[in-house]
Amino acid sequence: MIFSWLLIIPLLPFAGFLINGLLGRRLPKWLVTTVALLAPLASFVVVANAARAVFGARLALPYTETCPFPWIDVAGLHVDFSFVLDQLSLVMLLMVTGVGFLIHIYSVGYMAHEEGYARYFSYLNLFLFFMTVLVLAGNALLMFVGWEGVGLASYLLIGFYFTKDSAANAGKKAFIVNRIGDVGFLIAMFFLVANFGTLSFAEISARIASSPGISSCLLTTIALCLLLGATGKSAQLPLYIWLPDAMEGPTPVSALIHAATMVTAGVYMMARTHVLFDHSPTALTVVAIVGAATALFAATMGLAQNDIKRVLAYSTISQLGYMFLACGVAAYSAGIFHLMTHAFFKALLFLAAGSVIHGLGGEQDLRKMGGLWKKLPVTFAVTTVGVFAIAGFFPLAGFFSKDAILYAAFLHAPYGIVLWAVGALTALITSIYMFRLWYMTFLGKPRSEGVHAHESPWSMLGPLVVLALLSIVGGWVGIERFGAFLAPATGTLHLESSIPNLELTLSVVAVAIALLGLLVAHFFYSTKPQAPEKLATTLGPVYQLVANKYYVDEIYAALIVKPLLAISRFFLEWVVDAAILGGLTWLLAGVANFTGAILQKWQSGNLRSYAGWLAGGAAVMLVFVMVPWDFIGALFHILLKAAGH
Amino acid sequence: MNFLLTSQVPLSWFLVLSAVLFVLGIVGFLIKRNLITVFMSIELMLNAVNLSFVTFACQWHAVKGQIFVFFVMMVAAAEAAVGLAIIIAIFRVRATLAVDRIDLMKL
Repeated sequence: MIFSWLLIIPLLPFAGFLINGLLGRRLPKWLVTTVALLAPLASFVVVANAARAVFGARLALPYTETCPFPWIDVAGLHVDFSFVLDQLSLVMLLMVTGVGFLIHIYSVGYMAHEEGYARYFSYLNLFLFFMTVLVLAGNALLMFVGWEGVGLASYLLIGFYFTKDSAANAGKKAFIVNRIGDVGFLIAMFFLVANFGTLSFAEISARIASSPGISSCLLTTIALCLLLGATGKSAQLPLYIWLPDAMEGPTPVSALIHAATMVTAGVYMMARTHVLFDHSPTALTVVAIVGAATALFAATMGLAQNDIKRVLAYSTISQLGYMFLACGVAAYSAGIFHLMTHAFFKALLFLAAGSVIHGLGGEQDLRKMGGLWKKLPVTFAVTTVGVFAIAGFFPLAGFFSKDAILYAAFLHAPYGIVLWAVGALTALITSIYMFRLWYMTFLGKPRSEGVHAHESPWSMLGPLVVLALLSIVGGWVGIERFGAFLAPATGTLHLESSIPNLELTLSVVAVAIALLGLLVAHFFYSTKPQAPEKLATTLGPVYQLVANKYYVDEIYAALIVKPLLAISRFFLEWVVDAAILGGLTWLLAGVANFTGAILQKWQSGNLRSYAGWLAGGAAVMLVFVMVPWDFIGALFHILLKAAGH
Repeated sequence: MNFLLTSQVPLSWFLVLSAVLFVLGIVGFLIKRNLITVFMSIELMLNAVNLSFVTFACQWHAVKGQIFVFFVMMVAAAEAAVGLAIIIAIFRVRATLAVDRIDLMKL
């Protein structure tokens, strides 16, 4: 292999990161923009080319490239820099580089007047580098590098406005919460090395397939540890708390990292290691429960938020819950399908929200918006597409993927009907809060005076239009064909039912639910605008509970953060500061003092005592020179011999 | 110097004289309280050493020993200048020349 085109995919954004990160301050703005846009575009072209080769049957999958030198080569463990392109990573790469490129274009308009323009784009390129490494990784350790790297990029971009206290804190929160999940990933890797002696996904799959006697307890443990890692990265219960705060970052970042790509890494990782999950029904059940619970829980929280980006953040958590639910019923391709369509419409919704915020000069409060459809016609049109797509209206993308997940959940024995019911309820709530957002932002009358909203430039609207088209057509491929394409990588999807017309019935029910959500939102936010407040006062404590996000942040603060801080402070002040640092200083000073006290007796300061020592020393040396040592030695020798040797 | 070579005085006498002078210097250095006397004792020791240098130089017909003497005399002259200056400075400050009282270095 002379020309390794697979490595080019991550390396191009990395080059963009280096150029803009090191030289960006000195380069003219147009050059920064060019470099920042060319890197993801070139990567996308390479990926698209690979996709054409795959569909033209000129490239056999999985296609592997391994660096000629090993990364880690010690007894019992061999890790390479191996990059694997298979159906799963191809789909992910198309989405990551494609949506990533669109969001780069959008950022050019959105960030045009911001400080740190080059820094922003260097971070964005760095993110793409790590994300493509994560997706292409052929072993768990390389994936972990990408995994941590996207976490770093996420941290840097959430805290992009680092002079703002809340942004810096949100960045730290995201980083720390993700570390908790990463512990799970790390432990899973330790288990893999200890029990399989390899971290390569392909080898692990082969090892499990060839030895049916592997204890399912072990596989359950590994799978649950991986699940912990996935809940951290993909913001699921109980580690979802960082994602709403991550909205402190610039809006395109929320769209790219915290909606379309990075947060889906957990789902991708579970699909990648699906062999482990497939062999552990317990782990799958836990995944399904976590997914369903998160979907419902986050959706209810989305109902009572007033910040446009936070509504979308909770919606993202909820949709990620759907993907987990799909993985939990072993319908990985349905999960990846939803991952893809969700990337389209959620990136669209976030970018449209960014367009609204941009047009209103930084206003994010839904209560101060309203009636914007006249002033922001294009944004209104694309948001409408996004809202209808996420609500699951036929024939938009969200309908197909959500339908596939709900169908797979329904067929899952023995508790599939429960999972389906939770999913359907979530779909209803999703529909309600998305149309609530839609009504409050664009319809009705303007609720704040003196705001001169203006439509965004075409560098922002262009990507929106493309994403809107994708949100419409993204699902038309259908789960059957999509699943069949992914089957070599994620296993075949069995969706046959004995009940006639079940799929059609469920689809009709799903659309009916979405329609019901639209009607509810219409009633509350269009027909009777006073109704929400009345309902809030009637429900009182329940509304407070939801509006305050179930006080989860407060509970975590009281149960974990505060005790941890207290213990840390105790250690810092008493163990480190007082005992180690203080004690060590006192010990060193004490030793110096003590020896000094002994030695100072010598230095009497009295001239005559010095003279005495001097004379005495000279006398001793004289005597030493005059003693006939040779003679004494010989005498001693003779005496020893005479004594009987 | 030639009288040294031709005279009937044996070599040992010169060395004994040198040793006696040196010991006198040491004793004076150790027991005298006046700083000037102590200083003179040091000069005495230096000159005792000079005497033995010269003696051996004649004995072995080596001019090196005599050169050493010149070095020592030169150092002694410099030392006398510095030392007397220090003594005067001390006297001005402390109004005494008793070595027991000059103990500023003591903690």
